[in-house]
Amino acid sequence: MHFTRRETLAMGAGAALLTVLPFRANAAVDDLIAEFTGGAELADAGVDLTAPEIAENGNTVPIEVSAPGATAIMVLAAGNPTPPVATFNFGHLAASQSASTRIRLAGTQDVIAVAQLADGSFARESKTVKVTIGGCGG
Amino acid sequence: MISRRDFLQVSMAASALVGASGFGNWGRLAAQQALTQDQLLQFDTFGNVSLIHITDIHAQMKPIFFREPEINLGVGENKGEVPHVTGADFRRLYGIEDGSPSHYALTYNDFSSLAKGYGKVGGLDRVATVVNAIRADRPDAILLDGGDTWHGSYTCLKTQGQDMVNVMNALKPDAMTFHWEFTLGSERVNEIVEGLPFAALGQNIFDSEWDEPAELFKPYKFFERGGVKVAVIGQAFPYMPIANPGWMFPEYSFGIRDEHMQEMVDEVRGMGAELVVCLSHNGFDVDKKMAGIVKGIDVILSGHTHDALPEPVLVGETIIVASGSNGKFVSRVDLDVRDGRMMGFRHKLIPIFSDVIAPDAQMTALIDEQRAPFKADLEEVIGQTDSLLYRRGNFNGSWDDLICDALLSEREADIAMSPGVRWGPSILPGQDITREDIYNVTSMTYGKAYRSEMTGEFIKVILEDVADNIFNPDPYYQQGGDMVRIGGMAYRIDITKPQGARISDMTLIKSGETIDPAKNYVVAGWASVNEDTEGPQIWDVVESHIRTEGTIRLEPNTSVEVVGA
Repeated sequence: MHFTRRETLAMGAGAALLTVLPFRANAAVDDLIAEFTGGAELADAGVDLTAPEIAENGNTVPIEVSAPGATAIMVLAAGNPTPPVATFNFGHLAASQSASTRIRLAGTQDVIAVAQLADGSFARESKTVKVTIGGCGG
Repeated sequence: MISRRDFLQVSMAASALVGASGFGNWGRLAAQQALTQDQLLQFDTFGNVSLIHITDIHAQMKPIFFREPEINLGVGENKGEVPHVTGADFRRLYGIEDGSPSHYALTYNDFSSLAKGYGKVGGLDRVATVVNAIRADRPDAILLDGGDTWHGSYTCLKTQGQDMVNVMNALKPDAMTFHWEFTLGSERVNEIVEGLPFAALGQNIFDSEWDEPAELFKPYKFFERGGVKVAVIGQAFPYMPIANPGWMFPEYSFGIRDEHMQEMVDEVRGMGAELVVCLSHNGFDVDKKMAGIVKGIDVILSGHTHDALPEPVLVGETIIVASGSNGKFVSRVDLDVRDGRMMGFRHKLIPIFSDVIAPDAQMTALIDEQRAPFKADLEEVIGQTDSLLYRRGNFNGSWDDLICDALLSEREADIAMSPGVRWGPSILPGQDITREDIYNVTSMTYGKAYRSEMTGEFIKVILEDVADNIFNPDPYYQQGGDMVRIGGMAYRIDITKPQGARISDMTLIKSGETIDPAKNYVVAGWASVNEDTEGPQIWDVVESHIRTEGTIRLEPNTSVEVVGA
């Protein structure tokens, strides 16, 4: 945990943000989900979200979503200043309904995947991804 | 018809009996000065497969003293569960007599006096004797090394792990997994692994650019033993680039990846594996959680958190075996595998009492050969200690207090920070402190001691961050180290609170003033995970401090108030 003075100052600014960790899903996230689903019920099963428990680098966190038969999957980073990450649309020629990408996370927060399934219903899964300073591992 | 689960539970009782026959008697045997190698090794060979597990050696080739923790708190579902049981509670749980060899080996109380009676523990030449004896019973026993092997001593640092590679190769393990090895840097790790005469395993070692399994490390290896197809799946430390400097091995990515673990279990079962063993560096609580999620693992050989347990822990139909650290223990697990499944087991945690188990002469010679070029530097006496020096424990150890004192005085700082690592042997009151002893608790490839200014607020953020890596109620969010050690500052911690609310009452000890979030403090520390850290090496800082002090005397550290334990 070494910090040059310059880094210390920069991180001091970041610390103000870090102290309010973990970021909470805000009302905007609920609105975004409602907009995507038209207010429909969300099932727990039907979409899989794979994300690390603790990010190795908060600036580039690999995630993967899959939902067999889905027509679309929306990914949100609930604690980011701009929560929408991506919406993947699958045409009927798509061989599989899965996608992987890397996302940037401002701090520890929930990543949410909402899928529109083949029958028009919706499913949701979320995972908490921790963003940490690191160090001190035994 | 007895179910498989019943079988395992019957085995559990049998295991406890094997343990009891050792544990109950050792106290008396010792009293009669009759603790013998035969008793330590006594084991009625069972079933058709034998596993030998050793882990977290941290490059300790020679016998040492190692005090087990006094404070090891569990949170959430693990509160009060093993391995979060210490001292008299631990002895009561396992039926260990006070003053017995097991008391000395497994708990912390009266450590200094018992250490004088029972002597040192470990030494890879003694481990070789034990491994050879098990192989005499069962020639095709599988020897598995759980990692943290090529790190932790003067000679290991100077030879970039070559001393340990040479000695371990002579012990002939069948497979290994990894953690601190990667702090040698990926170039050196790749070089060693390419030449290893045994399997280098890690189903969770991925290529960071492509997020695909790394080519050099295989997820599993098959062994045919006693007519049984055994698959050993490796699980490296999941949080390597977070807990250790990721810039030293940027090509690699880790993580728990339990969904990939399940795929590997299914794959080896599909290929005919009748026994699935996971050689893990997850840490005990993570292994427990993983055993409840991943189906089809028979045995998890658990490493990283340095716990030594006299009996396996059963989760569903998976047994979890924890084999201690620093070469102090070897576990033997005999398994009865029939009709394609594990039907029972017998287990013994063998403590390596260095004065009782005869060293293997060839191994002694090989170890001494590694040390010979450095002998004078290793043995140089830097000072003496009147206090017991140890490290293990959630909040502070006396070795860390000494290191923090060195940082405060040598680096003229207000506050000192020392990483909460779990390795490092103990030194008894009255012993000399040699250069080797200092390196045993400090050596690493990123040991520079920084000095910088931090605001009170940022110091709190660091403490909160590290505290959550230990006390998050979900083990998957824990990294397995202990709390960062603090010198010059007192604080209160409520381990039941969420991140951001655990730490309070931060006080600068020298003035008694409350830490001001807006004020800057001079902080000295070491083992930064950041690249381009500047400063002298920590072992030089500590050596200089001990030379100045001459004889080390430490008062009990009462600067951390723990709530919610």
